[in-house]
Amino acid sequence: MSDHNYVPSSKLGKWFNDRLPLLTLSAHLKEYPTPKNLNYWWTFGGILTFCLITQIITGIVLGMHYVAHADLAFDSVEHIMRDVNYGWLIRYVHANGASMFFLAVYIHIFRSLYYGSYKSPREVIWIIGMIIYLLMMMTAFMGYVLPWGQMSFWGATVITNLFSAIPLFGESITNWLWGGYAVDNPTLTRFFSLHYLLPFLILGLVILHIWALHVPGNNNPIGIDLKKPSKDTVPFHPYIVIKDLFALLLFLIVFAFFVFYSPNILGHSDNYIEANPLVTPAHIVPEWYLLPFYAILRSVPDKLLGVVAMFASIFILVILPWLDTSKIRSAVFRPLYKQFYWILVIDVLILGYMGAMPAEGIYLLIARVATGYYFVHFLIILPILGNKEKTLPVPMSITEPILGGSAKPEMVKKNFN
Amino acid sequence: MRKKFSYIFILFLVTVFFSQKACSEETKKLLKVDWSFKGYFGKFDRASLQRGYQVYTEVCASCHSMKYLSYRNLAEEGGPEFSEEQAKAIAANFEVTDGPNDDGEMFTRPGKLSDKFVNPYLNDKEAIAANGGAYPPDMSVLVKARSGGADYVYSVLLGYEDPPAGVKLDDGVYYNAYMYGNNIKMPNPLSDGLVEYNDGTEATEEQMAKDVVTFLAWSAEPHLEERHKIGFKVIIYLIILTFLAYFSMKRLWSRIEPKV
Repeated sequence: MSDHNYVPSSKLGKWFNDRLPLLTLSAHLKEYPTPKNLNYWWTFGGILTFCLITQIITGIVLGMHYVAHADLAFDSVEHIMRDVNYGWLIRYVHANGASMFFLAVYIHIFRSLYYGSYKSPREVIWIIGMIIYLLMMMTAFMGYVLPWGQMSFWGATVITNLFSAIPLFGESITNWLWGGYAVDNPTLTRFFSLHYLLPFLILGLVILHIWALHVPGNNNPIGIDLKKPSKDTVPFHPYIVIKDLFALLLFLIVFAFFVFYSPNILGHSDNYIEANPLVTPAHIVPEWYLLPFYAILRSVPDKLLGVVAMFASIFILVILPWLDTSKIRSAVFRPLYKQFYWILVIDVLILGYMGAMPAEGIYLLIARVATGYYFVHFLIILPILGNKEKTLPVPMSITEPILGGSAKPEMVKKNFN
Repeated sequence: MRKKFSYIFILFLVTVFFSQKACSEETKKLLKVDWSFKGYFGKFDRASLQRGYQVYTEVCASCHSMKYLSYRNLAEEGGPEFSEEQAKAIAANFEVTDGPNDDGEMFTRPGKLSDKFVNPYLNDKEAIAANGGAYPPDMSVLVKARSGGADYVYSVLLGYEDPPAGVKLDDGVYYNAYMYGNNIKMPNPLSDGLVEYNDGTEATEEQMAKDVVTFLAWSAEPHLEERHKIGFKVIIYLIILTFLAYFSMKRLWSRIEPKV
C-alpha cells in the first residue's frame, strides 16, 4: 500500500479509522497512481471483477430454486426457466455470464502476454492470476454439470475419467471423485457444493491479485517503470474509474445481445436433453472456453501423457515469468516477439477449433502440430528469443515520446538514433 | 508484420472453411422457414400457436408428453393466449389421476388449470414398449434440444421420403431426409387434411408442420416475447448510458496534459 497519511475530516471518521483504517484504504484506492497511457486492453480487470460479482449474485439466486438431485436437477432448471419470476433472465445471465467471464479473462491474459505484465516485479500477480484462472475452469466445469443434461453428464464422465489415467491410484481417485462407481447423484451433489464454494475462493484471490498489483503498480503499454505519482500517472478516481465504466458499458451491450437475443448459442443443444447414462451423445464437447485444452488432451495418443500434456499446458503459464528471458516487457519494443505472439494467438485459436472437431484424420494432425507449437513457443522460442532478439530503444518516460513530437512509439526510435 | 499476420489469419479461415464443408456433407440442408419469432422484435403468431396446440393434442399427444407445460400456460401472456374459460375447458377434457384421498386411494378427476399436461404413458418404459423400442421424446424443450432448432423439427416433419435405391430399412423404421442417420421410428405423422382447423385455415402438411413447430418453439421458450421486449429496452438504455459515460470521460480526461 502507498505510504501516504490520510486523516479523515470528521471526528467519528478519525475515531473509526484509528481502529480499522478502512478510510485510509479507500483513500488509497482513490488516489492510486495509474499510468495515464493505459489503453482499453487494461479495462478488462474491472470488467472481470464485474463478471465475478454478477456470477456470484445470480448464482446465489439460482441456488435458491435449484435442486441438486439427479432426478430433480433438470426439472428444477426448467422450473426456473418457466415459473420463477424472471428466472429465465437470471439463468441466462448466469450461463452467458460464464462465457463472457472467460472471454474477458482470455483478453486479460493475452494482454498480459503482449505487454509482458507477468515479468519482474509482477510475477506474484501473474501466479495468483493463473490460480484464479484454474479455479475458474474448475468452477465453470462443475457449473456446467449442474443442469444434468446430456452434455453435463457425459462431460463430467469424460473429465473425471481423466484421473483414472494416474498410475496405481487412478481408479481409487475417480471413485473418490464420483462418490461411487460412476457419475451419479453423489457426484452431482458434491459438484454443487464445490460450485458454490469456489467462487468465494476466487473472490479472495482477486483481492490478493489487486493487493499484489498495488505494490508495484500497473504495467503500461510501453512497459517501463514509472515514478509515482508523477506527470506519467493519474489518480485512479475519477480518471480510470470513468474509463473502466465506459469500457464495461460497451462490454455489457455485447453481453446483453447474447442474453436477450441468442442466449443458447454458446451452449450445446444436447444439454436440453435430460442426462441418460445409457445413451452417449454423438460428439462429447466441453464448453468453448475449454476447447484448446481439450484439443491438447486428445492430440496425445497415450491417455496418461495426454492428461500430463493438458495440465502442463497450464502449468507452463505459471512459470512463464522465468521462461521469458527478455528484460524488455512490452512487445512494442520487441519486433520478433510481436510476430511470435500473434502466431501463438492463432495457434490457440486453431487448438480451440480442433477441440470442437472429431479427433480423427486431418483434424487430429492439425491439433498435434498446434499442440507441439504451443509448447515450442513457451519452452524454446521464449527463452532463446530473450537473449537473441535486437530490441528497439525504450523511452525513459511516458511523456517523453510525446514531447518528442509524436505519440507513436515507432517514432521514438528515430528520435533516439 | 501486419502482412504476415493476415496471411496466417487467412490460412486459419481457409482451414475452418474446409473442415466446415467436410463436416456438413453428411446431412441435407434444413428447410428454412421465416419464423415470426425470430429477430429482435420476433413474436409468436397467436393464431398459429392455437392451431399448433390443436395439432399437438390431436396428433402428437398420443405418443409425446409435454411434462413441463401446465394447462394454465395456454392462457398466459406471450403464449397461445386462449381465454381463461377456453383453457379451463381444455383442461377439463383430460382425466387427471390425483390422490391419495382420505381412504388412501387414487382417483381420477377432470383436469384443472394448475395441472401439468397429462402424460400419454404411465412411465418411460411403457412409452418405449408401445413404440417399437423407440422412446418418443418429451416435447417441452424439444426445439432447444436439437441443433437447427425450429428449422430442424420442421424439416424432419416434412422429410419423409422413399429410401434411395439400395437402402434397406428394418421393419418399423422409416426413411427421413433430415433425421440424423436418416432412420426414424416415428411413421410420418402428418398428411393433408389430418386435422380440421377451427379457424378455417386449410390443413396442409406444411401448414400443420409450421403451426406445431411454432407451438413447440413457444413451449421450449415460453418467455421469448418478454425476453425480446426487455432486451430492446436494456440495450437502448445501455447505449444511452455508454454515450453519457463517453462524454464524461472525454471531459474529465481533457484536464490531463500532455495528451497521450
